[in-house]
Amino acid sequence: MKHRTFFWFILPSLAAMIFFIALPIVSVAVQSLFVEHEQIMVEVENCGPFNCETVLQVDNEATAALQEEAPLGRFNGLGTYTNRKHLALKEVGVAWDETETFGAFLSELINLPFYKALFFTLTYTAIVTPFVITLGLGVALAVNTLPQLLKGPTIFVSLLPMIVTPLIGALILFWMVDADGIIGATLQKIFNDPNLSMKASTPLTWIMLIVYGIWSSTPFSFIVFYAGLQTVPKETLEAAEIDGASRWQAIRYVVVPYMMPLVVFITLMQLMDNFRMLEPIVAFSASAKATSLSWLIFNDLRGGDVQLFGSAGATSILTILGVAILLTPVLIRTWRDFNRKRA
Amino acid sequence: MSFMKSFAAGTVAALMATAAYAECEIASGNVNVLANDFPALKAITSTAAECTGGVTIAANHNKDFRNFSVQALTPNPAEYTSVIVANSSIVPLLNEGLIRPLDDLVAKHGQNLGKNQLITIDGKIMAIAFMANAQHLFVRQDILDQVGKPVPTTWEEVVETGQSIRDAGIMDHPFAFLSMSDWNLGEEFVNMYLGHGGEFFKPGTAEPAINNEIGVATLNMLKELVSMSNPDFLTYNTATVVPIWKSGNLAIAQLWGSSGGELLGSEGSAEGVAENTVLAGAPTVAGGDTPSSTLWWDGFTIAKNISDEDAEATFIAMMHGTSDKMVEANNDAAVWLMDSYKPGPAAVGVAETATGGADPYPMLPYMGLLHQAIFEELPDFLQGNESAEKTLADIEAAYIAAAQEAGYL
Repeated sequence: MKHRTFFWFILPSLAAMIFFIALPIVSVAVQSLFVEHEQIMVEVENCGPFNCETVLQVDNEATAALQEEAPLGRFNGLGTYTNRKHLALKEVGVAWDETETFGAFLSELINLPFYKALFFTLTYTAIVTPFVITLGLGVALAVNTLPQLLKGPTIFVSLLPMIVTPLIGALILFWMVDADGIIGATLQKIFNDPNLSMKASTPLTWIMLIVYGIWSSTPFSFIVFYAGLQTVPKETLEAAEIDGASRWQAIRYVVVPYMMPLVVFITLMQLMDNFRMLEPIVAFSASAKATSLSWLIFNDLRGGDVQLFGSAGATSILTILGVAILLTPVLIRTWRDFNRKRA
Repeated sequence: MSFMKSFAAGTVAALMATAAYAECEIASGNVNVLANDFPALKAITSTAAECTGGVTIAANHNKDFRNFSVQALTPNPAEYTSVIVANSSIVPLLNEGLIRPLDDLVAKHGQNLGKNQLITIDGKIMAIAFMANAQHLFVRQDILDQVGKPVPTTWEEVVETGQSIRDAGIMDHPFAFLSMSDWNLGEEFVNMYLGHGGEFFKPGTAEPAINNEIGVATLNMLKELVSMSNPDFLTYNTATVVPIWKSGNLAIAQLWGSSGGELLGSEGSAEGVAENTVLAGAPTVAGGDTPSSTLWWDGFTIAKNISDEDAEATFIAMMHGTSDKMVEANNDAAVWLMDSYKPGPAAVGVAETATGGADPYPMLPYMGLLHQAIFEELPDFLQGNESAEKTLADIEAAYIAAAQEAGYL
């Protein structure tokens, strides 16, 4: 394709990307460098149905004047990034100096909100991604061997977890694991422990979130692999069979190498999606046991009466950096393959 | 206390039974109300919508209204002409200067308002309160009788009574409060800390002052209470606890007064639960005499960035919405502050808590940030992961980081 044609071809999507993705990210990055103006306070007497009291109140006029002067707020540089809600450089330094063992240092580190969220987010991503890929491939191979008549219905049923809205799917599971729900009550019966509660135990909550993540994402990788399987050349498979390859060997040495680009694609998508997980934590009310980076952003904007835009912006940028770091090895590999093929 | 006087006055007004209310006729204007979503507020907006004439009246009830109330009132003209707020949700609107003083409108149309309904800030009327709410105890009289205990008046008695119920083999988890690890849990800390007589901030500043013996005592009492509660306590909000109470699996609970009407009605309750449900004031703690609860009011405000005509139309419509007619039709939907209100059994708990001298929820610009820091850090302590002192230090550190960003420190 001519460069000129290519440019016109891609222009609409490029424009949409710039307006709806690139510019908002720039604005978030700028916002994360600022904090709000100093609030000018005045003492006032407030009276309500119950009593009167003298309290501090924001002086609207003086604060409005400050805002007029510099609408973005006070420039804070990377101050928000290094404060306790984010990288917490000072607190990490103190913890490093004051703890004797590495284990004690880690537990101090996990006590800080950002590292606590990062720890869970990474664990979740590291477990869910490989499971989704192998399970998706397994389901695709199994469905592929079904007789034609059963394929349609099976594919539809396998896709259900992806069709159900994440929040609804998580809520359904949440009610099922309740002490009075079908899974919760059955587990109590099996282990003969009336106090067993999946919501109350941190490890069980983590397992529940991870199982939910695998359940809801597997259909995506299944359908991609299933589409890929339809294009695996029959001749190569037959040749392998004639050479005496078992079904397992045919999969290992013919199907999987052929599907490698799809594996890379799904890995990229899954790393990005899992690193940004949010809905299950909200639906499971699990924030006391597990928080993710996206949950921190959600909490800054929706947790209380005051919205912390700078803090939410800083966490967003750190999340983008995290995704970039995670994706780098996969991208480098793809780039090398691409160059090798061209050569 | 003015609050109690309104109860007495309500009874007198009821005896006189004057059904005279002005019909609502507004020639022109635009009324659009933003409010939280619960039945008492819907009663008000639907009554306000009865006003006739050239006026258009609409209302948006949304549980998340506080998340966008500032954005909705910032443009000129504002998206809504009125927001129904409470002690805490009025603060962001005040901080940004988005609601107008109501003195002139009150002088013109508000002759019937009780003095206790006027929320004045720095001498200016900024909101008209119409209902009160507070968390207080709900107990099951039949179960207390079984273990031979009176209705608890202190938190220590709640723990003791709960233990007796457990020892008698009646229930494993006799107690519940609203301990979900979000705003709810923060509110339980605030209640218990005020019951201990604590101050949240160093006087005259936004600097936190909770890392002290009172804070430690508060945390320890909360931990004793969660040990009486179901292990799922970190997922318990009103929507979770009310059905458990109705199913008969709780003996003592600290819930919002606004749940009273529902729990006293037998609809959806197991046999014998509603008849034996008794409301009582919030308990005191550690030998103090202040109930461990905070008093809340709900009231309406009027946006600043709208025309004076719309503001006047809104005020008249809301006065009709909070009129005696509405109160008479919805007497038990809330603890109303209007004189025509006849306190019923559902109001007992809130009234006892108010007359007991509970503090109103602090209407401070930075209280929301401390509240949030509390519920972010508190679960670590309640789950036994760290000491009370460490948790209190964490709360203060989290609050300081947020308050610095918001410009209060």
